[in-house]
Amino acid sequence: MAVTDFEQAFREKIDNEIKIEPKDWMPDAYRKTNIRQISQHAHSEIVGMLPEGNWISRAPSLKRKAILLAKVQDEGGHGLYLYSAAETLGTSRDEMIADLHSGKAKYSSIFNYPSLTWADMGAIGWLVDGAAILNQVMLCRTSYGPYARAMVRICKEESFHQRQGFETLLVLSRGSAEQKAMCQDAINRWWWPSLMMFGPKDSESTNSDQSMKWKIKRKTNDELRQQFVDMIAEQIKVLGMTLPDADLKWNATRNHYDFGEINWEEFWNVVKGNGPCNIQRLNARRKAHDEGQWVRDAALAYAEKKRAREQKEAAA
Amino acid sequence: MSFTIFKLCYGDIPDQNAGAAETKQQAPVNEWPLWEVFIRSKQGLDHKHAGSLHAADAAMAIENARDVYTRRQEGVSIWVVESKYITASNPDEAGELYEPAVDKIYRHPTFYQLPDEVNHM
Repeated sequence: MAVTDFEQAFREKIDNEIKIEPKDWMPDAYRKTNIRQISQHAHSEIVGMLPEGNWISRAPSLKRKAILLAKVQDEGGHGLYLYSAAETLGTSRDEMIADLHSGKAKYSSIFNYPSLTWADMGAIGWLVDGAAILNQVMLCRTSYGPYARAMVRICKEESFHQRQGFETLLVLSRGSAEQKAMCQDAINRWWWPSLMMFGPKDSESTNSDQSMKWKIKRKTNDELRQQFVDMIAEQIKVLGMTLPDADLKWNATRNHYDFGEINWEEFWNVVKGNGPCNIQRLNARRKAHDEGQWVRDAALAYAEKKRAREQKEAAA
Repeated sequence: MSFTIFKLCYGDIPDQNAGAAETKQQAPVNEWPLWEVFIRSKQGLDHKHAGSLHAADAAMAIENARDVYTRRQEGVSIWVVESKYITASNPDEAGELYEPAVDKIYRHPTFYQLPDEVNHM
């Protein structure tokens, strides 16, 4: 088959909602886009363990500590599902980790913000995981099979994250004046960065939207962001708190909430590495990786030794 | 075929916007081997492919599989096999490979027209 035939067959699969699987022919750019997106998604899960890991030893009760541990362990698992999905496209785990540690590969900018109080654990679960879930639900229908399957698994586990976050805030919102203030403060700090998680405005895109055509992505950034605002603007009423946006109001003609302008300068600054915690996050990852090197080496050496011994015994 | 994708998606910040120096690709030096994981979700069902993971040996692969794929009691039995031992059919040859089954509709029960009096066959 000529390349054009392969492309035609690929196109037909995409059009007919047939998933692309690892050994199928795919355009180079499709492969590269998927590697980049899936690995960045994986890095986000792994780096995302850091702001919350920060609070495991300081959780207010044993119950909260156990919940937080389970959640952070889930994030680690989600990272692993995604790394495996990316590996089916021909990249290696080592390459992806090296790209993360060198700063070449990105992860979600949200994790470059600090988690200052216990209420941040609630706000992260409710807002950050809430935003991530909207994206991930959409990605369950993405065109690349292994990515879609990883997302299905992740979505099943993720709803506990959002619910525990909301519940954490709910308890604070019904507590003392200090607890209520802490709850509102966390919402104030996490609201705008959460909106930024959906990425630049659709109008910023200069080219035709290839990711949508390839059905890697099924909804635009603005569609997802609007969906998120509509959802949170209602849920916050239950908490009796407010969102830090004077322009937020229901628009009956659009049947959506209107909301204020995002600070895009801040967004790009954080993406480019100048957020409050970029350096700490990467240093923490590098340190964990470097200090774990001897464990990885020892495990390989042990496996090798065991294999040699078994071979010797079998030969004897 | 070469074109650049400028669309910026969630979890997808293109390299040109990332503001970091290009780095040399590092070949996997001492990566733990890759294993495919198969899980039986309950007694009586087949093991089903769940995903893959890295581990130094089979015992570690099973322990890692437990932590990665059965945190919510998704399994009662785990199989692991090193990915390099899996031989897969080539999707480009799917047409020829499955062609022999295409025209044998008489292998299906619905091929046979029987009188209504013959119930439950």
